[in-house]
Amino acid sequence: MSATTEAEPQASPPRARGDRIFAGLSRGAGIAILVALAAVFVFLAIEGVPGISKPASNYRPLDSFVPYVGRLLFGTIFAGLIALVIAVPFALGIALFISHYAPRALAAPVAYVIDLLAAVPSVVFGLWGARVLGHYLVPAHRWLDDHLGFIPFFKGPASVTGKTVLTAGVVLAIMILPIITAICREIFAQAPRLNEEAALALGATKWEMVRLSVFPYARSGMVSAIMLGLGRALGETMAVAMVISASPVYTLNMISNTNPATIASNIASSFAEATPDKLAVLIATGLVLFVFTFGVNFAARAIVTRSERKFER
Amino acid sequence: MNTTSIRRAIVPGIAVLALALSGCGASNDSGSDSDSDSGSNSGGEKLSGTLNGGGSSAQESAMGVWRAGFQSANEGVTVNYDPVGSGTGRENFISKAYSFAGSDSALSTDEGELDSAKERCGGEDPIEVPAYVSPIAVVYNLEGVDELNLSPSTIAGIFDDKITTWNDPAIAEDNPDADLPDTTITPVHRSDDSGTTKNFTDYLAKAADGAWSYDADSIWPKQGGEAAEQTSGMVATVKGGDGTIGYADESQAGGLGIAAIGVGEEFNKPSAEGAALVLASSPRTEGRADVDMAIDIDRTITESGAYPLLLASYLLACQHYDDANEAALVKGFLAYAVSEEGQQAAAEQAGSAPLDSELADEAAGVVDKIAVK
Repeated sequence: MSATTEAEPQASPPRARGDRIFAGLSRGAGIAILVALAAVFVFLAIEGVPGISKPASNYRPLDSFVPYVGRLLFGTIFAGLIALVIAVPFALGIALFISHYAPRALAAPVAYVIDLLAAVPSVVFGLWGARVLGHYLVPAHRWLDDHLGFIPFFKGPASVTGKTVLTAGVVLAIMILPIITAICREIFAQAPRLNEEAALALGATKWEMVRLSVFPYARSGMVSAIMLGLGRALGETMAVAMVISASPVYTLNMISNTNPATIASNIASSFAEATPDKLAVLIATGLVLFVFTFGVNFAARAIVTRSERKFER
Repeated sequence: MNTTSIRRAIVPGIAVLALALSGCGASNDSGSDSDSDSGSNSGGEKLSGTLNGGGSSAQESAMGVWRAGFQSANEGVTVNYDPVGSGTGRENFISKAYSFAGSDSALSTDEGELDSAKERCGGEDPIEVPAYVSPIAVVYNLEGVDELNLSPSTIAGIFDDKITTWNDPAIAEDNPDADLPDTTITPVHRSDDSGTTKNFTDYLAKAADGAWSYDADSIWPKQGGEAAEQTSGMVATVKGGDGTIGYADESQAGGLGIAAIGVGEEFNKPSAEGAALVLASSPRTEGRADVDMAIDIDRTITESGAYPLLLASYLLACQHYDDANEAALVKGFLAYAVSEEGQQAAAEQAGSAPLDSELADEAAGVVDKIAVK
């Protein structure tokens, strides 16, 4: 029998009109988001680039753009890192609890309550952080100063009002917790059940099962969740502006009353009285934040892709 | 007609009804004050139109009071005031975007602002009248100490981090009878760009006998130290700590200890009369026209009862405008703001210190010169 009966070239799968519309809408949405992002970047570039070379009085009490934005960027990263260090273990723990450890009846209410945290406006967090949390953390600041004062992070002297980058970090951690938790718990729930059962069948404990069959599959998603949380922490404006007692300094000291401002909180503070020149400077700092966040996300994605490739091998 | 279509018509019907009723309500409210002579123009004609101004955010609450008073006396007038900050306010006045501006400092000569404003006003000198005067209180929170006297050099030492505890000899010298604890002093400054900071640092630079080595600046000149956002943040921060000291608008300093500052041989607490006295006794800035009432506040005044730590904010306008209606609106509004009624209303509701009668009369005379070209 001739094996070369040439069948007609395989026709493409049937496409109804619904298919085409949906595909078009999806593509349109994707393009619209890219266009919006590009538009933001263009705005920042056009309005912000002149801000790099304005007269020195606009960078008071410093002299030029680079030291001005350097301190702000340092403060942004510092506050963001503190928030991550506090929030990520909690968030991963809660997500694991909801997806694997909790009895079914408890998982749904806990998830609901965590999601409610996300509904609190950031201004409210700022007010609470400045008036209540700062007050309550003053003894903690003093304890850190007394007992761990040899570490540069806790050099002190402890602030009497509690309006420090440590308190701001705690507030930011509470704000980014629901984001990371919500994404992670969905991802953990998607881990392949057969792998989990296989691990358990081979005699793994529950924690070992999670480590062997949930985390490897969840790694990319966890990094996405953490990056989203970090993005929010880096860009958080009013909460940080209200909590932090800010000065333009580089300092690793978390508990004193001299704290670096963040880029977003500086824009919020200086916006009202800003002359057009100062406004250009502020937008330029916004551009720096944009580029920085972009770079961090890019690096995180690259690391995840490389580790996934290693994993698949 | 079935029930579904009636139900569908209910919600839009209610919305239309609500809009119509609110429209009726608004016109009823403003019709009742036409017989009062508050703030209305001298000719008895009805003013109408939109007046655009902006600038100092310190004047924001007083502006709200003046707008309410002026608009209710002159229905058909809308006054818009945008608290964008003194610097932007002056710039927008010069660019003709605003018909008048509010500014915490007079037009400056070294940046050519005065010349640009002259150009804007068709070659004539711009009008500057003081309209909003607010004493700045040195507020503190120290347990067990209700009365505190501080001389200017002591205040400078505290805010320069040279005096670090409350029982320092310099403070004890000013307060021989007080029982001062050895709590650490935490000076609090404003983290944002602020007219209050500018006036406070100006006072320290001039009155503290060299104990303050920085220039007057609207951004706090030192790096480090506790900082707070806005007056409300400043008050909350001082309230929230023990041994804190800061500076804030006197009208917002409720609940905190207020220090009496050294003036000559006495120690004076902030008062409206004290602030008005300083303004009246201070010299005018050199080289300005008669219509430009820019005042060089005398921070080293020693007169009894004076309180030189104050913020004086000006209203800027032109002597002549191209448009008759614009001229009439600016004249009417500024006249209301500096009138006794306007100043009293602002004192009651925004906490400012009313201008004393001499200054108020002079300001009213200057504003009266506003006319169409």
